[in-house]
Amino acid sequence: MQRKTLRSLFWERFRRNGLAVVGGIIVMSLFFVAAFAPLLSPYDPDAIDRHHVLEPPDISHPLGTDDLGRDVLSRMIFGSRISLAVGFVAVGIATIIGMILGAVAGYYSGWTDRIIMRFIDIMLSIPTFFLILAVIAFIGSSIWNIMIVIGLTSWMSVSRLVRAEFLSLKEREFVLAARAIGASDLRIIFGHVMINSMAPVLVSAVLGVAGAVLVESALSFLGIGVQPPTPSWGNILSLGKDYIELAWWLSVFPGLAILITVLGYNLLGEGIRDSIDPRLWESERR
Amino acid sequence: MLTYLMKRMLELIPTLFGITLISFFIIHLAPGKPTDIFTELNPKITPEAREKLEKYYGLDKPIIVQYGLWLKRIVRLDFGESFSSDHRPVMEKIWNGRKPLIERRLFVTFMINLLSMVVILIIALPLGIFSATHQNTLYDKIATTAVFVGFAMPTFWLALLLMILLGVDLRWLPISQLRSMNYDSLSVMGKAWDLTRHLILPIFVSAFTGLAADSRFMRSSMLEVIRQDFVTVARAKGLPERTVIYRHAFRNALLPIITLMGLSVGSLIGGSVIFENIFGIPGMGQLFYMSVMTRDYPTVMGILTIGAFLTLTGNLLADIGYMLADPRIRAR
Repeated sequence: MQRKTLRSLFWERFRRNGLAVVGGIIVMSLFFVAAFAPLLSPYDPDAIDRHHVLEPPDISHPLGTDDLGRDVLSRMIFGSRISLAVGFVAVGIATIIGMILGAVAGYYSGWTDRIIMRFIDIMLSIPTFFLILAVIAFIGSSIWNIMIVIGLTSWMSVSRLVRAEFLSLKEREFVLAARAIGASDLRIIFGHVMINSMAPVLVSAVLGVAGAVLVESALSFLGIGVQPPTPSWGNILSLGKDYIELAWWLSVFPGLAILITVLGYNLLGEGIRDSIDPRLWESERR
Repeated sequence: MLTYLMKRMLELIPTLFGITLISFFIIHLAPGKPTDIFTELNPKITPEAREKLEKYYGLDKPIIVQYGLWLKRIVRLDFGESFSSDHRPVMEKIWNGRKPLIERRLFVTFMINLLSMVVILIIALPLGIFSATHQNTLYDKIATTAVFVGFAMPTFWLALLLMILLGVDLRWLPISQLRSMNYDSLSVMGKAWDLTRHLILPIFVSAFTGLAADSRFMRSSMLEVIRQDFVTVARAKGLPERTVIYRHAFRNALLPIITLMGLSVGSLIGGSVIFENIFGIPGMGQLFYMSVMTRDYPTVMGILTIGAFLTLTGNLLADIGYMLADPRIRAR
């Protein structure tokens, strides 16, 4: 049999998975749009034009204008930055907290484990959206607050995942060997076990970005998220609700953008999962 | 089984305690004092009046004492008095025993969530089973794609689109409230029909995400079960495929679904804020949203606690259901 590196095996499988590639392209396009927003948008997203209020899509405004005559396409292009930022920062926070708590719980077990698991149970039993809504409303809805609060309320699944990985990895020979040569706990946790449990964490992080994008847009839709005039897909949709009988384009396009973005992250995440899982490789070889 | 249940119930106590702790301290995250909402609205308020107000709500005491007092009250389901202008007790706002069921907020939210769970089960399970038994067919591929789109769908957007299409353009369904203006003058049947028409969109929207998740889960659970030996045995002894799938495989594949349903209670309740807000439904989610916006702290704390309690109850019921469904666990 020809020898292949794990990485080339991964890429080979990933490329053959059509949906995963679609997901990757969607996510890359999002990065592109967000990075070059000022170049791509035909108008200044905040430019008010009182002569062209609530105009349906036409050639000069491909996605119409809003109640202040602002160009919806330009606002959506700039709104992609919010989606991107919220997704990544919130998931970054959640992943770091989740990895640390999960590693500590799984590695030390006993009382430490029990206390952390109980804490996870408590966090899971408070309806998350209620919690986020209340905290954001009370501490104020700046973009940073939104990212931090979403991060602080979505780490539980990561830590369960990491804990399970640690429980199964910590008695393996390579860990015992590291301990035998006198490696410190910190070194074993981060240098040996964590490295080996990164694959599922990566998958759950990519899927987590999708969740964070949905939560941010829901918050902005309810008027508690990103505050106008800063454009976000959620707050354009919120306008759409106010003008539901007059301007369908305010509802249709931002929602479509959210749908496609979330779909992209989900497809990418599932694609990585399928390409990373060696059990699936074997089933295919058979 | 009884000992397991007892143990499970005892474990709930520290969790409940933790929930009250979190609900309480979140309120005190807010800068300033809860009574600021009164004093801000009324700049002429004297320092004495302000102090009196703080004393009335117990805010002059240390925070630990405040927590203790609050805890002592909520054990008796007394969540205090709302800060809003009506000053009614929080519990009365959520569950007013004197009004008809349909006007009690907790009941409205509970009913919609329960009905959407029923809808999820009725639609998602057959879809998932069919997908699994017809793996890699065209139907399976369409269903898989639909599930991905369903996962990614922002429910509030779906709600808006359906409102525009069915409510504004076609005028088939009402788009807000639970009842029409002329509800009181309708006959019993008329009332039931009116309620049903108002409930169709909210229930469909709140069930939508769960629909995608559960049918996907049912599919993978079923796929795992039909590869097991006992299914092969059932086939080998000549049972018709229908019996193999529905009598033998289905029962086993259902077990993880029970757990999933229990775990989804929390997100269903959380989601009620969104759809109750969009459809103007007078439920607990709408009250929560209004209380958050007006900084009505007692009501916010009350609903957070009740929501968490309902979620825990859902998880517990799922555990019990799991035990009833699986004789291996029952025997333990």
